[in-house]
Amino acid sequence: MANNRCSVLVCQGTGCVSGGSEHIYNALKDELESSGHDEGISVKRTGCHGFCQQGPMIVVEPRGVFYTKVKTDDVPDIIKSVLPGGKSLDRLFYRDPVSEKAVTHYHDIPFYIKQERTILKYCGYIDPEEINDYTEIGGYAALRKAITWMTPEGVITEVKNSGIRGLGGAGFPAGRKWESCRNAPGDVKYVVCNADEGDPGAFQDRSVMEGNPHSVIEGMIIAAYAIGADKGFIYVRAEYPLAVNRLKTAIEQARQEGLLGDNILDSDFSFDMEIFQGAGAFVCGESTALVRSIEGKRGMPKAMPRPRTTEEGLWNKPTLLNNVKTFANIPLIITNGAGWFARRGTEKSKGTAVFSLTGKVVNCGLIEVPMGATLRKIIYDIGGGIPGGKSLKAVQTGGPSGGCLPAEMIDIPVDFDSLAEAGSIMGSGGLVVMDEGTCMVDVARYFLDFNRRESCGQCIPCRLGTRQMFEILDDITKGKGRPGDIDLLDRLSKSIKRSSICGLGKTAPNPVITTLRYFRDEYDAHIRDMRCPAGVCSMK
Amino acid sequence: MEEEFVDRILASYKGERNELVPILQEVQENLGYLPEKAMIDIARFLGVPGSHVYSVASFYAQFRTLPLGKTRVAVCRGTACHIRGAPLILHEIEDAIHLKEGETSGDLEYTLETVACIGCCALAPCIKVNMDVAGDMTPEKAKELFKGNGNSNGGNRGE
Ligand SMILES: Cc1cc2nc3c(=O)[nH]c(=O)nc-3n(C[C@H](O)[C@H](O)[C@H](O)COP(=O)(O)O)c2cc1C
Ligand code: SF4
Ligand code: SF4
Ligand code: FES
Repeated sequence: MANNRCSVLVCQGTGCVSGGSEHIYNALKDELESSGHDEGISVKRTGCHGFCQQGPMIVVEPRGVFYTKVKTDDVPDIIKSVLPGGKSLDRLFYRDPVSEKAVTHYHDIPFYIKQERTILKYCGYIDPEEINDYTEIGGYAALRKAITWMTPEGVITEVKNSGIRGLGGAGFPAGRKWESCRNAPGDVKYVVCNADEGDPGAFQDRSVMEGNPHSVIEGMIIAAYAIGADKGFIYVRAEYPLAVNRLKTAIEQARQEGLLGDNILDSDFSFDMEIFQGAGAFVCGESTALVRSIEGKRGMPKAMPRPRTTEEGLWNKPTLLNNVKTFANIPLIITNGAGWFARRGTEKSKGTAVFSLTGKVVNCGLIEVPMGATLRKIIYDIGGGIPGGKSLKAVQTGGPSGGCLPAEMIDIPVDFDSLAEAGSIMGSGGLVVMDEGTCMVDVARYFLDFNRRESCGQCIPCRLGTRQMFEILDDITKGKGRPGDIDLLDRLSKSIKRSSICGLGKTAPNPVITTLRYFRDEYDAHIRDMRCPAGVCSMK
Repeated sequence: MEEEFVDRILASYKGERNELVPILQEVQENLGYLPEKAMIDIARFLGVPGSHVYSVASFYAQFRTLPLGKTRVAVCRGTACHIRGAPLILHEIEDAIHLKEGETSGDLEYTLETVACIGCCALAPCIKVNMDVAGDMTPEKAKELFKGNGNSNGGNRGE
């Protein structure tokens, strides 16, 4: 980048590509070349900036001029604007939805100012298909530091001291998991990255893989060094072809640079990894099901009692499974130290949380805030509030395993423990905003429909109970609710939770439990008065 | 021709059991679905019973045992899309192309499916037509997109 006068960065995340950003990128390149003005101007592909809704997006560096909703027709004008004497294009600036004022620079948009982008920091700035872009921002320095200066035990101590908890949903302390995997007896060990991202309505892991794939790979290599593994897998959902391609390219480049393979960085540590594509089953995000799926079996969770995956995972060898974002944090922790990481967040949840902010909110997109930020800050300061002058009704976190919190609770801090206390879960990062036009019974029905379809069927209460709950909810939304329904839902919830062997069943009733707790009157209106207050259900 | 394809694909694998899912993925990518004959060939190649291959194929939502239409329409039923009106979009498309969710038209022109999440939730509601994602859908846009399409000759098949 050094000898360039300017760079035109074109987002190539899944969202922007759907808006035609690939054509825009190609048109920019062609037009620049044929005009003979390409000296000093480079056109680069980047990953997601997180503001999908405004895509396709272009950022012109070094000044950070920010264009939104760009079309291929805008290309000639964009080129003129970056030539000497050119002026920025007013019509492509982002407009504040409230004041309608144009905002010219990336750094001045409220959506970004109020965030603390840490693992997302370079998503949207670097070319994810160029390993040099990653090393220029300090990439692979953490790996070098770990291998050259630190013992495996030292790495684990650093991870433990940082306080980082797994970002896949359950929030298990990562350092402790690493330590037990290191201490598990056996010569052969595996590192697996969980990129199944099953929560429908969440795309944060996809964006990290598409925007900064090397950060995940580097985190995995460091983990392998720490626990003593020589082989790794990234388990990516089938629906993410772009992420798969970016990771493939990144793995290949890392091999060429001697960062993967035998004798990494000329040490005696060897490690390599491959990608395994999931095949569309939510339950495969569960650790034992994921392991079976890689082994070529039906992805069903192992029955209880079962050994921990850290002791008996893939092919019955000790296996370390962490989420995409957990791994992406590791290079930062090693480079900057545990203390740096622990500075952010709350007492028991350190670091940042990444959310896919979607639903009835003005600014949809990918956000990153310190653990403990309030829902109010996320929805109003970053999200810009509720569109169309409507009022907030509820916030859903944790996807099909989580719950819906009412508008009155938006001042609670968002971290693992306070969300759990309120009856929801942190989950892996879906955050769906609901307004007065959303029916909470319909939402509960929706999630039970999802869980019923995804139940693997091993445990009868999970297989039949979720179906029965779904049918009751479906009846209620069709005006066929009966007086005893709520009691029955309550009883079914308890028995499914008690007798399911995996997290899917144990959490499947949660969307019903929380909506019953906080929105009981809506159920009553459906059952007693045959009325859907939000006007969503057909009632017939 | 199908057989040739399957043989060629199998030739690049070692014959280990854990290759089953990737093999099924590659075969489906090339043939569009998993014909029974292909599953039997795969079973023989891996030295496992045909029922094992079938049980794995039927477990995962990605795999299908019937051929697909030329145009594959997938409507997202993820949370973000659901609360922004995905059910209305699905109805509109069902009407426009005369198919229900999970069906393929008798003339193999269209397949209509739903998927758990496309990963473009900020553009909800979304649909995917073959490999292209279309976001910010409305019933009107959906109608426009499939105007004058769809078959009238009935005989649709479900999965
Ligand atoms: C039904 C089910 C689905 C899950 N899906 C995911 C997923 O998509 N991604 C993920 O990282 N973890 C998922 N998990 C959690 C994993 O089992 C596991 O706790 C996690 O990957 C560990 O990584 P972490 O410690 O870094 O969070 C799921 C769990 C269950 C029970
Ligand atoms: S989130 Fe990323 S992929 Fe989506 S539009 Fe924004 S910048 Fe593009
Ligand atoms: S709880 Fe449900 S998903 Fe989990 S193992 Fe039992 S039946 Fe399968
Ligand atoms: S919920 Fe539809 S794309 Fe994610």
